Amino acid sequence: MKLSPEFVNVCYLVAAVLFILDLKWMTHPKTAVRGNRAGMLAMLIAVVVTLLPSDHSLDYTYILIGLAIGSAIGLFAALKIKMTSMPELVGLFNGFGGAASVLVGASALLAASAALAQDKIDPGMTMMVATVASALIGSVTFFGSYVAFGKLAEFLAVKWKLYTWQKAIKYGFALVTVAGALAYVIPAGLDTYNAITVFSAVIIAGIAVMKSDRIPMAGFAKLAFLALSIVAGFLVVGDPHNEHAFWMLVAASGALGVLLTWSIGGADMPVVIALLNSYSGLAAAATGFVIGNSVLIISGSLVGASGIVLTMIMCKAMNRSLLNVMFSRMGPTADTPDADEVYTTVKSTSADEIAMMVETAQRIVIVPGYGMAVAQAQHAVREFGNLVAEKFDAEIEYAIHPVAGRMPGHMNVLLAEADVSYDKLKEMDEINSTIETVDLCIVVGANDVVNPVARTDPNSPIAGMPIINVDMARTVIVIKRSLSPGFAGIPNPLFAKDNTMMFFSDAKKAFNELNAAVKET
Amino acid sequence: MGTDLIMLLTVFVLAVFVGFEIITKVPPTLHTPLMSGSNAISGITLVGAIVLAGDPRLPDLARMLGGVAVALATINVVGGFLVTGRMLHMFKRK
Repeated sequence: MKLSPEFVNVCYLVAAVLFILDLKWMTHPKTAVRGNRAGMLAMLIAVVVTLLPSDHSLDYTYILIGLAIGSAIGLFAALKIKMTSMPELVGLFNGFGGAASVLVGASALLAASAALAQDKIDPGMTMMVATVASALIGSVTFFGSYVAFGKLAEFLAVKWKLYTWQKAIKYGFALVTVAGALAYVIPAGLDTYNAITVFSAVIIAGIAVMKSDRIPMAGFAKLAFLALSIVAGFLVVGDPHNEHAFWMLVAASGALGVLLTWSIGGADMPVVIALLNSYSGLAAAATGFVIGNSVLIISGSLVGASGIVLTMIMCKAMNRSLLNVMFSRMGPTADTPDADEVYTTVKSTSADEIAMMVETAQRIVIVPGYGMAVAQAQHAVREFGNLVAEKFDAEIEYAIHPVAGRMPGHMNVLLAEADVSYDKLKEMDEINSTIETVDLCIVVGANDVVNPVARTDPNSPIAGMPIINVDMARTVIVIKRSLSPGFAGIPNPLFAKDNTMMFFSDAKKAFNELNAAVKET
Repeated sequence: MGTDLIMLLTVFVLAVFVGFEIITKVPPTLHTPLMSGSNAISGITLVGAIVLAGDPRLPDLARMLGGVAVALATINVVGGFLVTGRMLHMFKRK
């Protein structure tokens, strides 16, 4: 039995509608599970009708090998991953989507080139432009995601000693990139395109083994590789046989992807993750133009749009524009006050003292930050919440800043993993409107997102950034290992305020001690 | 450039608008699941990869590249939907 093309297209339409419903339902907590199932069903329909024979027959060898390997890795990754490693996983998955788009583009180009040689069928301008777009966006996404993944897994652009597996990935990736380029270029012979391909691969590898996140002449290099990618793109569109120009395009846009993400780190990470998410969708949409398939175009552009919406939410939460995040660095300015002056009146406290304050507090708010994620303190934090509820009948709320952590929603995922009910998680605006009535505010490993200079000092690098106004609470406890600055590199006067006390400790250790002290009271 | 391109472009532009319309307000709790879920959707490249990997008329190298693309896109699809499901299950427990 063969499926008619009309039937296949109707199935694609059903899948597209289900994908739209998936994303629509994913934006409400009550319908999110249903949304995810709709997405699975849509994907199943789309893949099954593609696998069944229609107007031409299929050879299943490579398909089945690919499906088997991909399913095994996907299953393993999804079931084994710890929730604390979620940012890395999301970063990595974005990259796979990008790489798939590059390879589909490459495959389509070879197919078009062969068809052109045999039957003199012109693949057409549309298909060629789409192939170029698919490869360009896909390659930027793949290499950019690798950098994001490496930064989140803390083996790229760091100075400290690495574990063996981290070294294996770091140097292995650099080596494979250069070796891959050489393996292609040496048999193909050296010409201008191939020279640029190798040069780009060397740049990618060279940056990827760097220990610093500052690249000399980064601005110029970004423009240069963008220009090279565009030139290569035009050459490929002009001549589908020009396979060398295609791989030059892939390599040059790969270098562009590395350069664009390399200097972005820390608190800007959520923006990059969301942006790469958007790119992975756009790459899929471009692939849709390559093979003339509307289900790819629809679902790819939906993902592109949702990624952009998230990116904009993240930028707004930092009061910065996307261009500012992508092209400039945050750091102290000449006006930034000296840390020693700011911190003259810092007071420190102990677990026992905090336990006494907890006893009399009516309303307690915890403000988590990246420090909680690093220390994996979420379970100890939840235990503290349970203890306080049992012993003193007080409710604990959690105030979540939109860019706290390293990806959109990072704190929410961690606290949900520790079994904190999500109606206890409050958004910044909700907490800020009643912050004066909070008796005790406990900041766990957050810094810039609670720095009052964002409100008070118009010359500060974080001026105008919406913050959680913890300094307006009656008493503030800050759990932090030291007085070291956050991502913005500026001192935080909150730590030296009259109503603030510092508890210098690792977040997990601090809460374990605090829990022991609360049990004794 | 024929009517085909115009049709596909129309679909593209309309889908982008639909995307922006349905995802205007997302509660922060769902930011991560939305990303991993939409990432699974972007694995739809799988359909394109299957078409190329399975076309017997294509040169072997083109089909092999398609096969690798099948594997990569499948990781995205399988891993993305499952991990999203796991996260949503966690949110639902209470």
